[in-house]
Amino acid sequence: MDKDIENKNIIDEATSGEYKYGFVTDIETHVIPKGLNEDVIRYISDIKGEPQWLLDFRLKAYRHWLTLPVPQWAHLDIPSIDFNAISYYAAPKQKDGPKSLDDVDPELRKTFDKLGISLEEQMRLSGVAVDAVMDSVSVKTTYKERLAELGVIFCSISEAVRDYPDLVKRYLGTVVPYTDNFYAALNSAVFSDGSFVYIPKGVRCPMELSTYFRINAADTGQFERTLIVADDEAYVSYLEGCTAPMRDENQLHAAIVEIIVEDHATVKYSTVQNWYPGDKDGKGGIYNFVTKRGLCRGDFSKLSWTQVETGSAITWKYPSCVLAGDNSTGEFYSVALTNNYQQADTGTKMIHLGKNTRSTIVSKGISAGHSQNSYRGLVRVAPKATNSRNYTQCDSLLLSSTSGAHTFPYIDVRNDSSVVEHEATTSKINEEQIFYCNQRGLTTEDAVGLIVNGYAREVLTKLPMEFAVEAQKLLQVSLEGSIG
Amino acid sequence: MSSSIQQYIDIYKQFGARIDTASSPVFNALRPAALAALEGRRMPVKGDENYEVSDLEAIYAPDYGINIDRLAATADTDEPFRCDVPNLSTSLYYVFNDTYPHAQQKLPGGVVVTSMNDATYHEIVSRHYGTIAPADNPQVALNTLLAQDGMLVYIPAGVVVERPIQLVNLLRANSPLMTNRRMLIIVETGAQAKMLVCDHTQSADTDFLNTQVVEIIVGENATFDYYDLEEASERTHRVSSLWVRQAAGSNVLVNGITLMNGTTRNDYHIDIDGQHAETSLLGMAIANNTQHIDNHTYIGHNVGYCHSNELFKYVLDDDATGAFTGKILVAAGSPRTEAYQSNRNICASSRAKMYTKPQLEIYTDDVKCGHGATVGQLDQDAMFYMQTRGISCQEARTLLMQAFMSDIIDGVRLEALRDRLRHLVEKRFAGTLAQCRNCTASQSCHTRIKKK
Repeated sequence: MDKDIENKNIIDEATSGEYKYGFVTDIETHVIPKGLNEDVIRYISDIKGEPQWLLDFRLKAYRHWLTLPVPQWAHLDIPSIDFNAISYYAAPKQKDGPKSLDDVDPELRKTFDKLGISLEEQMRLSGVAVDAVMDSVSVKTTYKERLAELGVIFCSISEAVRDYPDLVKRYLGTVVPYTDNFYAALNSAVFSDGSFVYIPKGVRCPMELSTYFRINAADTGQFERTLIVADDEAYVSYLEGCTAPMRDENQLHAAIVEIIVEDHATVKYSTVQNWYPGDKDGKGGIYNFVTKRGLCRGDFSKLSWTQVETGSAITWKYPSCVLAGDNSTGEFYSVALTNNYQQADTGTKMIHLGKNTRSTIVSKGISAGHSQNSYRGLVRVAPKATNSRNYTQCDSLLLSSTSGAHTFPYIDVRNDSSVVEHEATTSKINEEQIFYCNQRGLTTEDAVGLIVNGYAREVLTKLPMEFAVEAQKLLQVSLEGSIG
Repeated sequence: MSSSIQQYIDIYKQFGARIDTASSPVFNALRPAALAALEGRRMPVKGDENYEVSDLEAIYAPDYGINIDRLAATADTDEPFRCDVPNLSTSLYYVFNDTYPHAQQKLPGGVVVTSMNDATYHEIVSRHYGTIAPADNPQVALNTLLAQDGMLVYIPAGVVVERPIQLVNLLRANSPLMTNRRMLIIVETGAQAKMLVCDHTQSADTDFLNTQVVEIIVGENATFDYYDLEEASERTHRVSSLWVRQAAGSNVLVNGITLMNGTTRNDYHIDIDGQHAETSLLGMAIANNTQHIDNHTYIGHNVGYCHSNELFKYVLDDDATGAFTGKILVAAGSPRTEAYQSNRNICASSRAKMYTKPQLEIYTDDVKCGHGATVGQLDQDAMFYMQTRGISCQEARTLLMQAFMSDIIDGVRLEALRDRLRHLVEKRFAGTLAQCRNCTASQSCHTRIKKK
């Protein structure tokens, strides 16, 4: 019975059409003038009360960024971005960090309620600790106390800089240096906030840690930075969800996620990304240029990326694993769905450096409307990474004759004891399956939703429960209007 | 650092008149455009897209001699050719360096195989020369700038050529030599032909730079097989590009085989412009020592209802480097396309490097496309099993590698050539190819049987 109601809800959501999360929260926001120069960076650093070394890091990154050309290699049609027409810092105005839930601005809390991540609910029912980031400043971190008992540090990166500067200084920029790429340099110069997680030796984080990113103010880029460190034999599962309200102008989002995994530690990082994808004519939407990378530094370490990408006008994102420790494991599970005029160029890099390292890549692309969806992946096996193993499978499903699905795998093997396999298929949605569903009384749209969910199942099952349900709904909602 | 192209531009500027004198006006007409395309450019270098491991600047940089006055070259046609195929009767032509024979033997059905400088066929050549190979590609432009001769193969409409046409390219010189070869192959509506091209270096101690541009036009419902067998020396550098345009209902097989080479870069570029056409693109490479083999392929499905199948296999030993970059593009509005691409490789030594990038770019939904790539080793269980049956490690290894290559050889549509290729591959793996002086039979057995 409950299932019927849920199904009905999904259908209602699907037929109601437009972007579900398109509301703007009317709270006072602190925005600095548009433009980027050293003064802006000093200002950001100053307003956040940062130490000198971090300001130096930002300035070095900025100066390096100035020397870099905008990357053009992706299979994306990126309109030229005026980096001086963006405001690099927007924060909800509040004097001090909130002490408890009651201190949080009620408007803000309503926003989260609409998003379905009511802080109270989450705290009480699901036991998920949420570090909600709205426009760059961490608003509220829940369950901090409980985590603190175990020695787990889960806070915004600004707090971490203030409270645990040595930790941040030691790890920041070690996996993704500011010289890495254009957007990484930009982020390193202007990053405003993000999450910091430190799991001490031997601690298994008892709950899933979660961050919800949301871009609220108009014309502000969001440059968050996440740093996760799992010390020896630690375990953590981290969830990240992203939403942005509807805006006509495109907004830039250039984030960095760095993960360090030590001996026998495991990190599981899951993302559901549904930034505003633009309207039916491709107007507006988020430009999502993200650098995500994890370093499996210790022996027997494991890093697993799972992502469901349904949003953003342009996605440029390659969550990667550097498998430096012997016997380390990297995994990448991805569902990327593009509709209307969305473009996605996403995939992963698996760099095998240690002996007996393994990696698995499963990527499922779904293209509808006029969208272009590319998988781009690199598997590199270094000469010393003997007995390494990679298996890659990337499938594409095409739902319209005007959409495109592309596969660009790069495979580079430099020893004789490793095995690398890559397989990809591209095909149209099976008409016989749709016909069968029609026969059973399902509308074509429901049938497509069902088939797509089945197709993506292999990846969706890797997501934590709460996310899996949301991702399933998202796939259905995102496909709305793609049939016909 | 200035580009390697500059020295060739200088040669052309200085000796342009002499180059023109020795070649047909058709060649000369395209040179100014080629020069314009080259000015200020450089050859692709390592790291450029689709040139991830190959540095063409370095290949073009050394100072090679060019036979611009077309001095008659001599080659030893008595030397036993490995590409000589017993039990296969072919219409055989020799090309010495880049000098082509004028039509000596008459072929039935009005089939023409002759030098592109042959004035009799001026009209045909001028109609098609340079129409498929893109003038702005630096490798093509440089060849166009310097090429003075080429081979014309013309199969008139409806003619079925029974005897395969065989072209043996011989390189022989005492000092470093650059040869610029050109080929124009026209297979008209409903015609059928098979062609075998062998590259052979007779002076193993001389450096060669061998550039080649092949243009193939296949008419409606025509069938054409093109086998390209490279058996050069380790000091031969080859930069070849093959451009094919297929009309409706045509069937084309291109098979590129590299048995022995120095540094090779092959581009295979096939455009399918008519519906219901079929394409097979096969390739294999066997490389050891410091040999370098890089194949780049492109199959463009520009219309619907076509079928293409692509398979490349490599076996790399010692310090050899292999690269495969392939792309299949299915254009918008090309329904019912079936395209498959596969690249399978064996790294037989710990120092061999393989780089592969099989790509699909698809702009329509009614397609069945797939691609795959693997890099691995010989099956340890099979190795172990064969040794329990008294087959030596070395023999077992050869046997497995041969079996690995068999599906490329099976794709050959000439039985006699298939048998010959099997034999050649076997000899190649045994390290006993006649002129292969550097590789002795004492190949070490790298295969280790792991304890389970």
